[in-house]
Amino acid sequence: MKNTLSHFLISCFALFLAACGSNPNDNNNADGKLSGEIKIDGSSTVYPISEAVAEEFKKFQGDVRVTVGLSGTGGGFKKFGRGETDINNASRPIKQEEIDLCNQNNIHYTDVQIAFDGLSVVVNPQNDWCNNITVAELKKIWEPEAQGKIKKWNQIRPEWPNTEIHLYGAGTESGTYDYFTEVIVGKSHSSRGDYTASEDDNVLVQGVSTDKNALGFFGFAYYEENQDKLKLVPVDDQKDDNGTGAILPSIETVKNKTYTPLSRPLFIYVNSKAVERKEVQEFIHFYIDHAGQLSKEVGFIPMTDAEYETQRARWNEFIKTHQQ
Amino acid sequence: MSRYYNKFKIFKDEAFKYFGLFCTFFGLLMLAIFIGNILHNGFARLSWDFIKNYPSRVAENAGIISALMGTIWIMVMTALIAIPIGIGAAIYLEMYAKKSWFGRIVELNIANLAGVPSIIYGLLGLEIFGYQMKLGGSILTGALTLGLLILPIIIVATREAVKAVPKSLSEASYALGASKWQTVRMTVLPAASSGIITGIIIALSRAIGEAAPLIVVGALAYVPFVPNSPTSDFTVLPIQIFNWVSRPQKAFLINASAGIIILLCFVFLMNAIAVYLRIKKRVKY
Repeated sequence: MKNTLSHFLISCFALFLAACGSNPNDNNNADGKLSGEIKIDGSSTVYPISEAVAEEFKKFQGDVRVTVGLSGTGGGFKKFGRGETDINNASRPIKQEEIDLCNQNNIHYTDVQIAFDGLSVVVNPQNDWCNNITVAELKKIWEPEAQGKIKKWNQIRPEWPNTEIHLYGAGTESGTYDYFTEVIVGKSHSSRGDYTASEDDNVLVQGVSTDKNALGFFGFAYYEENQDKLKLVPVDDQKDDNGTGAILPSIETVKNKTYTPLSRPLFIYVNSKAVERKEVQEFIHFYIDHAGQLSKEVGFIPMTDAEYETQRARWNEFIKTHQQ
Repeated sequence: MSRYYNKFKIFKDEAFKYFGLFCTFFGLLMLAIFIGNILHNGFARLSWDFIKNYPSRVAENAGIISALMGTIWIMVMTALIAIPIGIGAAIYLEMYAKKSWFGRIVELNIANLAGVPSIIYGLLGLEIFGYQMKLGGSILTGALTLGLLILPIIIVATREAVKAVPKSLSEASYALGASKWQTVRMTVLPAASSGIITGIIIALSRAIGEAAPLIVVGALAYVPFVPNSPTSDFTVLPIQIFNWVSRPQKAFLINASAGIIILLCFVFLMNAIAVYLRIKKRVKY
């Protein structure tokens, strides 16, 4: 045993040393080189954009360590409100209780809008009846009162068949769920509970693509990557001032704001204390510069150039007011 | 009549044999399908670049170095924390503690702890190590949390191994005038070592696959550096795999499969070590 134990400890120690890979950490500030650490956490939806920006930023400012976490919008705001992170990824605007937490801890912040996502309503490709849907009908399906009552397609529209409807949607901890319920049901975080919920949109894709009676919603990128397995349903908000009739989500319709109300803005929130640090200022500028290109690369819909300029102006204003 | 009953008995016997065979193959078949599928999807993606690159938005350039090193750090630290405490507690309970109602309550609670969902350990670790001890989302917090998680497994396995050591051995040791500590150190522990090591490896194999409690205590997903101290921020392979699996692009699913292959290699390697040590250390009485 003694022998084994010492062998074991020696091999542990060897691994330990192997793990202690050298990491040049010289805080050299010459010729515009910045250093430091920027902590990002929050939404798993926004994660790919922040990851992409962090990756590009590393090529540009290699000594700044940018880390990104996956706690979800709500979990991220809890850390952000305690001042543990510099930036929070958010797939919905900050909520009152989260604002209260920030105020309690004397944390000031600003939001920067970085891209759009088109929440897509999808059915199975074998579904030949559901060719469009109105916001009112979606509300009828998803509101809390529908639980246990709206179970068949013909309860939604009489000409639809008398077969069961199976629902798939975002898990209740996600910003996607909050946003969807906010604009469809009218109250954030309120819906029926008897549906297949998953935080992983690929699970929802799998479900809808193998279930003829399914109806689900998730981010546009997941539809785009699985077009052969899903049927996209155009959504009609029954308001004519932003496009008439049922509209399909696409880069165009999200960008020109005709795909409402399901196109949603994505944000990052920045702590004002972090703003005093040069590397954070630089990083956010870099973010705004490249968000259009990079968000498109990872499957989101960029804003217009003018909108990015507006965000930049707001960011500059925020720096001015919070920098001593 | 009796011949009929005999035949029926033989039939039942045969039927049960085939049922047992079916159960065995069912498990093996599922495992084979799973591993085959993973190998089919991910094997081609394995390369030196995949191991030494940092994560990237471009699936083909993405690698696992920060997650792999994070996993190694976490495993070593978890082992260093959980093994001495686990073995110590087990020996106390088995060799020193008096069999009283208090001992039985402790025993019962340790057995219960082994069944607590891992996310609960995550919440506990976040509060105690992350906030109270102000360790934040560091490797140390993660390792302490996973250490707690696997402690009951190590304690239970060690106690079973110590229990299995024949009484005659320790009595012989006492008869030669050895103290209790000498008996534990030179007789009981060596005789129980193969069982203890198996328990430790099973416990570590569980810890290596955990993502949920580590996300709760603040492990990250994108870490563009290799952790260099126990207070570093970190990510681990299961989190990297989880992150890739939930991405919309197919290419990331291939990366996830390749990541799973690496993780499986770790688990198999640990199990192989356990099997080897067990054979080498087997003591015959």
